[in-house]
Amino acid sequence: MKSMQELAAIREAMKAEITLAGKPGAKRVVVGMATCGIAAGATPVLNAFVDGVKEAGIGDKVSVKQTGCVGICQYEPVAEVYDGTERTTYVKMDAEKAKRVVEEHLIGGKVVTEYTIGATEV
Amino acid sequence: MTDNIITSLADTSFYKIQRRIALKNCGVIDPENIDEYLAMDGYMALHKVLTEMTPDDVIQVMLDSGLRGRGGAGFPTGLKWKFAKGYDAPQKYVCCNADEGDPGAFMDRSVLEGDPHVVLEAMAIAGYAIGSSQGYIYVRAEYPVAVKRLNIALQQAREYGLFGKNIYGTGFDFDIDIRLGAGAFVCGEETALMTSIEGNRGEPRPRPPFPAEKGLFQSPSILNNVETWANIPQIILNGADWFSSVGTEKSKGTKVFALGGKIRHTGLVEIPMGTPLSTVIDEIGGGVPNGKKFKAAQTGGPSGGCIPASHINVQMDYEHLAEIGSIMGSGGLIVMDEDNCMVDIAKFFLTFTCDESCGKCTPCRIGTKRMLEILDRITSGKGTMEDIDKLEDLAYYIKDNALCGLGQTAPNPVLSTIRFFRDEYEAHINDRHCPAAVCKELFHYVVDPDKCIGCTQCLRNCPPFAITKTDYIAEGHKLPSVKIDNDKCIKCGACIEKCKFDAISKQ
Repeated sequence: MKSMQELAAIREAMKAEITLAGKPGAKRVVVGMATCGIAAGATPVLNAFVDGVKEAGIGDKVSVKQTGCVGICQYEPVAEVYDGTERTTYVKMDAEKAKRVVEEHLIGGKVVTEYTIGATEV
Repeated sequence: MTDNIITSLADTSFYKIQRRIALKNCGVIDPENIDEYLAMDGYMALHKVLTEMTPDDVIQVMLDSGLRGRGGAGFPTGLKWKFAKGYDAPQKYVCCNADEGDPGAFMDRSVLEGDPHVVLEAMAIAGYAIGSSQGYIYVRAEYPVAVKRLNIALQQAREYGLFGKNIYGTGFDFDIDIRLGAGAFVCGEETALMTSIEGNRGEPRPRPPFPAEKGLFQSPSILNNVETWANIPQIILNGADWFSSVGTEKSKGTKVFALGGKIRHTGLVEIPMGTPLSTVIDEIGGGVPNGKKFKAAQTGGPSGGCIPASHINVQMDYEHLAEIGSIMGSGGLIVMDEDNCMVDIAKFFLTFTCDESCGKCTPCRIGTKRMLEILDRITSGKGTMEDIDKLEDLAYYIKDNALCGLGQTAPNPVLSTIRFFRDEYEAHINDRHCPAAVCKELFHYVVDPDKCIGCTQCLRNCPPFAITKTDYIAEGHKLPSVKIDNDKCIKCGACIEKCKFDAISKQ
């Protein structure tokens, strides 16, 4: 049982984590893990992000979360990176691609354009 | 944008036109973490109704918002709640219909898997409004991830004191049990669903009495669809005016569609009610692929109808879809191109409803079977023109006399295809020809001898050895072309798949 104050505190803390407001340099990675995403192979992608972030020691700056269906079936597995107000949608991911995104985008700060939604033909 | 390449989903034409209300949190938050739902103003609507509003206030907001059932029938949600509140009983029930069964529909699964707390919160709000302390979620056992996340969500909500006894210290009690459905389509019908929750075989019963008076366990009950629930917390927080400003005069808010079929961008699409179908197909969906022509869009699954190309500008709302003989339905939107045979589509959906008929009432059990036999006849080239009239007669009879929504709507795909594609039915009957070359008995494969280079790829891959060499060598070619013996051909299509020279076609 949580008190109203406790709930409000959770709400505020989590809001900052999701919107990254007031957290310069922080990034949030979400991997689409609904049934559709899992079937398309999202689990190894999520694991690669979690392991990659852990190995690089950037866990304090980057959070990796699973999420539901983003709604773009034929692009699954999908991973999105939120960096400040910038949103990047990586599509048709696999573990290898995830490793590269960790290195170049999450650590290096440079979007891996060739894996993004606009660069991918379906 | 980087180097003029779109790097964010938010900038794509697929996404830009959408308006996300029901899907607000899907693909944004972690569904297995209640804290993330709280961050998106989760459980604030519940707090608001418990501390600032009376049950009548809540129902008034629902009525004013104009929210109508997203399961397909479009009954005003507030009215349903008002009826249930009006009946006195020691226990009332709040139910959630998560028995999504239309072929090609997956909106409810996405909400349950992406944002389970929104359904829980909305059900608690309804519990307060109608005076109920017990809810049931009836979800298909085929949705294991949804079931798992619902259970996690419930557990977390209970731990936080947002579910159970004395919620927010207001003295209001509410909890939910999850019931798994075994996948019978009829259990999506409200009375059958409640019968199934009670532990009986899922069969519908006549209405009235309506569930608002005598529903689950003979007590006043409401049943709303997952997507309906997903709209409610935001209506409470933002107000009825905010919600009713979206959509058309009689259809408020947004609708989620599962866009599939012959379309470039498949996926989940949430659009304001009244958006033209052409916007969904061309701008959001990116049009029909492979240079083919749009032929029809099917809405409402086995209960719905086909929208032909001539009506592509129809507004997607309850009224306009009903006007052209289709229904909003739960949100399946299947796009078809010139390669789809409309008689075959009607047969597909009728096969489904015939299989899924529970068998309790005669019009549905036997009527759909007779209709299916006629369609079988037509698609195998043995139909007569009277068959079309017989189909229509039976269809209207079943619609008028079936016990529940399954039977009452089962003939819709047939009626709508007869209405808009009568010429295809007539071609099947009079010309013994399937214009889209789908019905096996009504087309054959033909080799164009001038295109055939005689590579014999098709010949070597033909299972019944129906392909043989001819004496004809086309100009510029070195080897003789082949021909197909239609008596031996089993229409498997292996030849057309193997031919790299477009020399084989269906006629």
